[in-house]
Amino acid sequence: MATAETRKPDIAGMVIAGLLLLIALVMFWDASAMQGATTYGMGPKAMPFVIGTGMAVLAIGNFVLAWRGDYPERESFDPKAIALILGGLAALIAIIGLGGGFIPATAVLFAATATAFGRRAIHIDLAIGAVLGFAVFLLFDKLLTLSLPAGPIERLF
Amino acid sequence: MDALYALMHGLTIATQPWNLLYALTGVLLGTAVGVLPGIGPALTVALLLPITFKLDPAGSLIMFAGIYYGGMYGGSTTSILINTPGESASMVTALEGNKMAKAGRGGPALATAAIGSFVAGTLATLGIVFLAPWLVNVAVNFGPEDYFALMVVAFITVSATFGDSPIRGLTSLFIGLTLGLVGIDKLTGQPRLAFGVPDLLDGVEVTTLAVGLFAVGEALYVASRRHLVEEKLEPVRGSLWMTKADWKRSFWPWIRGTCFGFPIGALPAGGAEIPTFLSYSTEKRLTKHPEEFGHGAIEGVAGPEAANNASAAGTLVPLLTLGLPTSATAAMLLAGFQQYGLNPGPLLFAERPDLVWGLIASLFIANIMLLVLNLPLVGLWVKLLAIPQPWLYAGILVFATMGTIAAKPSVVELSMLAGFCVMGFLMRRFDFPVAPVVVGLILGPVAESQLRRALQISLGDPMVLLQSPMSATLLAVAVLALLAPFALKGMSRFKASED
Repeated sequence: MATAETRKPDIAGMVIAGLLLLIALVMFWDASAMQGATTYGMGPKAMPFVIGTGMAVLAIGNFVLAWRGDYPERESFDPKAIALILGGLAALIAIIGLGGGFIPATAVLFAATATAFGRRAIHIDLAIGAVLGFAVFLLFDKLLTLSLPAGPIERLF
Repeated sequence: MDALYALMHGLTIATQPWNLLYALTGVLLGTAVGVLPGIGPALTVALLLPITFKLDPAGSLIMFAGIYYGGMYGGSTTSILINTPGESASMVTALEGNKMAKAGRGGPALATAAIGSFVAGTLATLGIVFLAPWLVNVAVNFGPEDYFALMVVAFITVSATFGDSPIRGLTSLFIGLTLGLVGIDKLTGQPRLAFGVPDLLDGVEVTTLAVGLFAVGEALYVASRRHLVEEKLEPVRGSLWMTKADWKRSFWPWIRGTCFGFPIGALPAGGAEIPTFLSYSTEKRLTKHPEEFGHGAIEGVAGPEAANNASAAGTLVPLLTLGLPTSATAAMLLAGFQQYGLNPGPLLFAERPDLVWGLIASLFIANIMLLVLNLPLVGLWVKLLAIPQPWLYAGILVFATMGTIAAKPSVVELSMLAGFCVMGFLMRRFDFPVAPVVVGLILGPVAESQLRRALQISLGDPMVLLQSPMSATLLAVAVLALLAPFALKGMSRFKASED
């Protein structure tokens, strides 16, 4: 086991500590922009200040952990897989946001995720995703009457 | 014997044909989803929440009971057959169970897990029947300051006391508390942390957070390290049935596991890890076959599996009587209650006894259904495990996003989902616990409103927190629970330097 002295400061850990501090500062800023006087006890501002303070303390705690190299070790990872899944999610949001409907959005997400997990048959996966999306659409929109976003394809049914 | 009378009344509700159908659907769906590798009971409930949007409260709560127990059972099947526990509490089951499966004794391992879950689930549900009314009577006298103190205890124990690192656990909790602040303040109508975005005024949806953190975050994590691990499905070979010796070796571990699991689960201490580990080490010490431990000892499956299930049932006690979720799964169940505007607690027992006791009674029924259905159906569940990983995770992502799309089909909500999944990935990578975020989000606003109510009654005097003996005691417990891990760490460091 390595001792604290031999471990190097962890840059990623320090970035996390910085982000936590940033969240704390945003909370302070947001709370201080609120107006209105409190009659009794606590107003809506108090809790953001308490939690923000706690967050700032934890940012320092995380910084110390990172500085001493006490952050857990990470294994190597595959950034391509992450990019594919996040890209699939972004495409899903874009398609639904632009009114493309649930089924095409689902098909794209399905194919992107399957590719991230090593499949190399994007046309087949797009088809499977579309069938799955169609089945889910029928089940939820028609049977359980939950409204799913409709595009040109969904309006046919 | 009021409790028994109430239970009988609950049974008449739970055995109505429609409710039996809901319970059956819940059990089957819960097992089917829970059996998928990497999916624990919390995620099972989160993924299946949208299905119950349009059901009536009684039916959907009964379905939840089935999903909850089914998800637990499915999780143990996965740990035994592929050694990928969906949650830390089934890690111990995987330890011996997977070894048994490798040695061709997968059948008896599944059987002892199933029967042990049944025994533990039934005993622990009986525990709920007798403990819940008593706790409700105590809780009726709780003032807002006592509730606040109780929630502080839950916050600390869930995040700091039992995790690997109190700082990382508390960081997770505070992220959850911060998310809980987002939206309109209920008492004054002021928006907080909404940044002028109308979608944020309603606050952060628990299901969006849970699905993002658990499902999509997990998928990202598994995808990113696919090249490192290889999952191997052990076929179920040989007889499914346990031999006479297996029964003899399983019986006391089941009982002892239940005795560890239920009380620890019922305390607002959070986590089924402790009772399962306690049960494992106890069985290891008491066994007549110590040589088998580490190579597939049946006691090492029977005990921890019973402890896991008993503690899962135990967490329903603080959830139903106090509205206090102490695990991620319980937090999801609470979200299920809240979607109908129901708040678990003493009031719910008084106002909707049919709902509460119908739910408790259906826990018994779900348990029996699981026992009857799952052993014969094990072949079917194993087939689910054989779905190729790319399609499995692609399907999980489709269902995960569908839940959010069905609840709130807005670009902001979906972007939040994407943000939470990145957060879930990073938290797994940097080893931050995920459950405290969910508990913080759901319990934080409740704790704040209790505190503010307490301070309004006391005209702003914070000493009210220490003047109530209950609240003062609980706050002292919280301080101890917060300091304990630091003190213990100091002690272990001291020990280490002594060697």
